[in-house]
Amino acid sequence: MDNIAGQNQGGRLAVNITVVILVLLWLLPTIGLFVSSFRDRDQISNSGWWQAPFSVDLNFRARVAADGAREEGGVFILEGNVFDDPALAQNFPDGEGVVAAYGTRAVAPDEFVAGQVSELRTGGTVVIERDGRYRVESPEEITRGPTLYFEARTPPKFTLANYRTVLFADGMDRAFINTLTVTIPATIIPILIAAFAAYALAWMDFPGRGLLIAAVVGLLVVPLQLALVPLLKLHTDVGIGQSFFGIWLAHTGFGLPLAVYLLRNYMVGLPRDIIESAKVDGATDFQIFVRIILPLSFPALASFAIFQFLWTWNDLLVAKVFLPSGAESQVMTVKIADDLLGSRGGDWGILATAAFVSIAVPLLVFFTMQRYLVRGLLAGSVK
Amino acid sequence: MSPILQGILTIIIGVGGCVGYFYASNLILDKFIFPARGQHAGRNINRANKVRPWLFLFPAIFALSLYLVYPVIGSFYRSLFDRSGMNFIGLGNYFDLMNEGTFRTAVFNNMLWVLFVPAMATFLGLLVAQLTDRLSWGNIAKSLIFMPMAISFVGASLIWKFVYSANPDIGIINSLRDFIGLVPVDPIQVSFWNNFFLMFILVWIQTGFAMVILSAALRGIPEETIEAAIIDGANPFQVFFSIKVPQIMGTIIVVWTTITILVLKVFDIVYTMTGGNFGTHILPSYMMTYMFRDDGRATAVAFVIMILVLPVMVWNIRQARKEMR
Repeated sequence: MDNIAGQNQGGRLAVNITVVILVLLWLLPTIGLFVSSFRDRDQISNSGWWQAPFSVDLNFRARVAADGAREEGGVFILEGNVFDDPALAQNFPDGEGVVAAYGTRAVAPDEFVAGQVSELRTGGTVVIERDGRYRVESPEEITRGPTLYFEARTPPKFTLANYRTVLFADGMDRAFINTLTVTIPATIIPILIAAFAAYALAWMDFPGRGLLIAAVVGLLVVPLQLALVPLLKLHTDVGIGQSFFGIWLAHTGFGLPLAVYLLRNYMVGLPRDIIESAKVDGATDFQIFVRIILPLSFPALASFAIFQFLWTWNDLLVAKVFLPSGAESQVMTVKIADDLLGSRGGDWGILATAAFVSIAVPLLVFFTMQRYLVRGLLAGSVK
Repeated sequence: MSPILQGILTIIIGVGGCVGYFYASNLILDKFIFPARGQHAGRNINRANKVRPWLFLFPAIFALSLYLVYPVIGSFYRSLFDRSGMNFIGLGNYFDLMNEGTFRTAVFNNMLWVLFVPAMATFLGLLVAQLTDRLSWGNIAKSLIFMPMAISFVGASLIWKFVYSANPDIGIINSLRDFIGLVPVDPIQVSFWNNFFLMFILVWIQTGFAMVILSAALRGIPEETIEAAIIDGANPFQVFFSIKVPQIMGTIIVVWTTITILVLKVFDIVYTMTGGNFGTHILPSYMMTYMFRDDGRATAVAFVIMILVLPVMVWNIRQARKEMR
């Protein structure tokens, strides 16, 4: 069987390598995001996420207090260790580190090799040793400690601080609940409505059935953009306005064509005998639907449920238009796109974490329910 | 009230109301309007069964016509008025749009998107489907490539913001450029090509979808035809292009059109990545710049999108009718 496609050993190897490269290409961006979400701001902006597992050279700034200065034979001397600066404690918890280079200006933090003596702009000299000990010598009295810059090797460090900020301090918890409030009814309601409609279209006889099916297929492609202005106006006129109720209705309307289409295609394929014998036994359509069709359609229902869930969870457009823009009803996508990207545009750690929080639930659903998703895709959409 | 409680309550009302409708409407029909007893029992059952399809269909038809049919008309009507919504200006909004440079850029970019994204996603999907077909770890590879389907466009844009970052310490592309000694560039600001960088995000998302469907289609090809071709001396490329591809052409077209429709609706990527700056507007994102500000313009742009979708719609309906016969 394996050789039937005419593949030889070299061919197989080439195929394997190509697929590995493709998979890596597809995975790398997400891995980058994942790794970045565990790093702090300094580390992200100083070394790529692909260097995260290794020690990296980072630049630091140490403020030196002048109160330890002493006079020795007409020269004022200030000694200490740069790693003692309490502001650096989070990077060097043991108060130890290795200085590779240092400088006295922010623009050139690695001007001099550790141990090399250099001139200070204010007069005098300074030196930082590899172990972080510094010595400032000045002919005048030292009233203000100089700011010293140095480059030191830091071990890889991962932190949950970003997650703490995003989950508890940034209003993301509220956005998370809002997203759920939008998503759950917006998943269940269209399925219920579509299942009844699909049953009618598949198994009930009435005039205009073919026309209705064609209409559903046509509506599959209507762009959402059309709906925004007239419907928002309608919602305002009937008093729903921008609200959760309004967004459920909107998601229901927009999700219905695909739901009806997928479910009808699936239900048509169910065996006719079962339905007919139930009818002979005196079951009404409502009973047939609830007792027979619904349980039998479970795979298709599950598949559409996953689709609609992912789609409403990930939606930005409908939420932007049909929900009020205030913080108390923002969903996660809106929060990320408008709030975080605007005000925190440079805070990569927070951005990465927020993005990861928002994709965590869909990914979880996706990997646990993938089987149903694929089965439904194949059962309903392509013959 | 705590947001969680509020959320749960609203969920119960929403879903409960929906279940209640179907249950109650059928109950009323069978018990009170056309009861299946008394001297007209038989006639009543028949009548009830004539009404019932519409009872089943009513919520769907109502929602569909309100949320998808009415907007087509409503949007067109609204687009004939000016910013205030009071003064009828006929096709004025459309003429204004045509004279606007950004609109023309958006149309041009949208063409690029419609040509490039479906083609690229279908091609890559087909490639992966074929390559993983006989692989022992093919299913794992497939689910990893399918994974971006679950990610929001906003999330995906953020992911790629990292990749495209101009800082060589954040963006892997500029890190590679740095490594071989090139100056870092901001890919998002490179005019014209930045469109393709944005498109690739959508290709990244949609390839998995194309792959799943095409891979099922490939599996559906009868083994005999392939065996026959091999016996006749066809090499793997000939088998693929002359035997397999023609047999799944129908599926390829379905995948292609599905992605095309999606491309015409997506605004999230441009919105989060560039906000339409640096010449990257497409029609849906361009429309959002008028949303809440000038409804006449916004609906006019939306209607232009509708016109672009129309051929796909006609094709879809004809295809569906053909299948039903």
